[in-house]
Amino acid sequence: MLPDIPQDLYYLLSAVLFTIGAIGVITRRNAIVIFMCIELMLNAANLSLITSGNFLNSLDGTIFVIFIMAVAAAEAAVGLAIFVLIFRLKGTVHVDDFNLLKG
Amino acid sequence: MDALIPASEFRWIMPEIILTGFGLLLLIIGALTKGPVASKISGALCIVGSLLGLVFTMNMWGTNLDIFNALYTIDTYGTFFKGLFLIILALVALVSVRYADREEIGGGEYYALLMFGVLGMMVMTSSHHFVTIFIGLEVMSLSIYILCGLLRRDIASVEAALKYFLLGAFATGFLLYGMSMIYGSTGIIDVAELKRYFLMKQPFSATMFIIGLGLLLVGFGFKIASVPFHMWTPDVYQGAPTSITAYMATGVKAAAFGALIRIFFTAFIPFHFGWSEIIWILAVLTMTVGNITALVQRDIKRMLAYSSIAHAGYILVAFITGDRAQASSMLYYLAAYTFMNIGAFTAVIVMQKKGDNGSDLDSFAGLGARYPFIALCMSIFLLSLAGVPPLAGFMGKFYVFSTAVKAQYYWLAIIGFLNSVVAAYYYLRVMMYMYFKEPVGESAAADRAPQYGLVMLICILALLYMGIFPKVFIVMAQKAVGIFG
Repeated sequence: MLPDIPQDLYYLLSAVLFTIGAIGVITRRNAIVIFMCIELMLNAANLSLITSGNFLNSLDGTIFVIFIMAVAAAEAAVGLAIFVLIFRLKGTVHVDDFNLLKG
Repeated sequence: MDALIPASEFRWIMPEIILTGFGLLLLIIGALTKGPVASKISGALCIVGSLLGLVFTMNMWGTNLDIFNALYTIDTYGTFFKGLFLIILALVALVSVRYADREEIGGGEYYALLMFGVLGMMVMTSSHHFVTIFIGLEVMSLSIYILCGLLRRDIASVEAALKYFLLGAFATGFLLYGMSMIYGSTGIIDVAELKRYFLMKQPFSATMFIIGLGLLLVGFGFKIASVPFHMWTPDVYQGAPTSITAYMATGVKAAAFGALIRIFFTAFIPFHFGWSEIIWILAVLTMTVGNITALVQRDIKRMLAYSSIAHAGYILVAFITGDRAQASSMLYYLAAYTFMNIGAFTAVIVMQKKGDNGSDLDSFAGLGARYPFIALCMSIFLLSLAGVPPLAGFMGKFYVFSTAVKAQYYWLAIIGFLNSVVAAYYYLRVMMYMYFKEPVGESAAADRAPQYGLVMLICILALLYMGIFPKVFIVMAQKAVGIFG
């Protein structure tokens, strides 16, 4: 248990992390940085789940976090493979350069 | 809680076990062998696996029970969707036997990913536990991110994979945060338990819960491609290999709607007043933006992508009513939509040249004179998409809009009807190109293989059957949504 810090501050921190991540996805132009921001959003969800699990004395949230971490790792593997593929073809991972498809 | 799982419960997930088994087998085949023969064998195994899974799924029809400590659910609703996904898998695999071979992407891993994608969809629609729904969603999405980029030397395909990956992962972030907020405000992570919780605690309005509900809607909005979360759809549908576009346009949409309807119609009906107003706006925007943008497209794949956005809007029209008994109209629509889209994309594949993933409108010019059979098939799919009787597309629209009228959403039904009039223009324009235009430039030869013909015939028969005898299918769909009670 973490009795000293009130629950709300944990949620506040997770909301701040989530917002930083979401703003980062929208404003940054490097695909890898965008992906890092997405990971930040996932970790914000993790923090919020662990906080709830801890304060509600329920294991569900903690178990969910382990699943999210496993999935995030799988997602990173697929994502990096796609980044490598596009870097080989275009020599950049700058998303503004990927404008072949539009209309 | 009893942590032991009786071994007998595993018989209820036989379709999933079969798909996993065949998928792993195909991965091994893909690792050991290369070449056209191995590709054909893999395709055949994929079709066998999906049909075998379909047999087991049909045997489960009518069963309603929770297994694995309520982490997984077998009910008619899930079984209905499972059947639909397995049919999609079989049809796409049949198309791929020829198409993937032509584009040299066929191999064990292609079919294995198709099977894992369907496995994810099946898991996603047959659970009311957030963890299981999330795992299913990710298994499906990860498979499809890879499938989109399989044309490794085609920059458009890789670009589609990158865009889909980034926006899909972004949407996952919203979905997870929404789930964590709902869990934080109620302490419950299971939709069925949430339903019981809300029944006891009415009225319930925690700020955190409302934020969670909104974020959940954003996450699902991305997956079903509703405006304003639709930006990825046209790019991804256009860039991906065409067989995968057919697979995404039908499977992913049906799976996302399956999970969305289950979550909202089970637990969040008490808050219908709140979310229906938001989705009202989303539905109108989705239909209108999808149809208006489709009017100016020259690429048929891109046009069909915008049309799929508009169709998501039509389905949302029935979703808004929150009428659980009439939810069957959405299931009927999704099934009808599946057959017309797979058929239309197959016709696009037939007209594509090897190594060229585009599909300009001009390639269809004069098709009626050159290849009457293909032109006829494509016309039937387009007419069904436009909603012309006696095809299934018409009955689907009819049920969806009549659901809205019954629930007294008159304006919604009128806007939907006007939209389908607008939509008729761009569907009929393709028909006009096929029958009344002279071929442009040197006309490419169509890739006439029996597999494509078979798939198109199956789709046409299904559309006619569902359109002329809708009763059989509606009764099935009604039985499926009976679980919402």
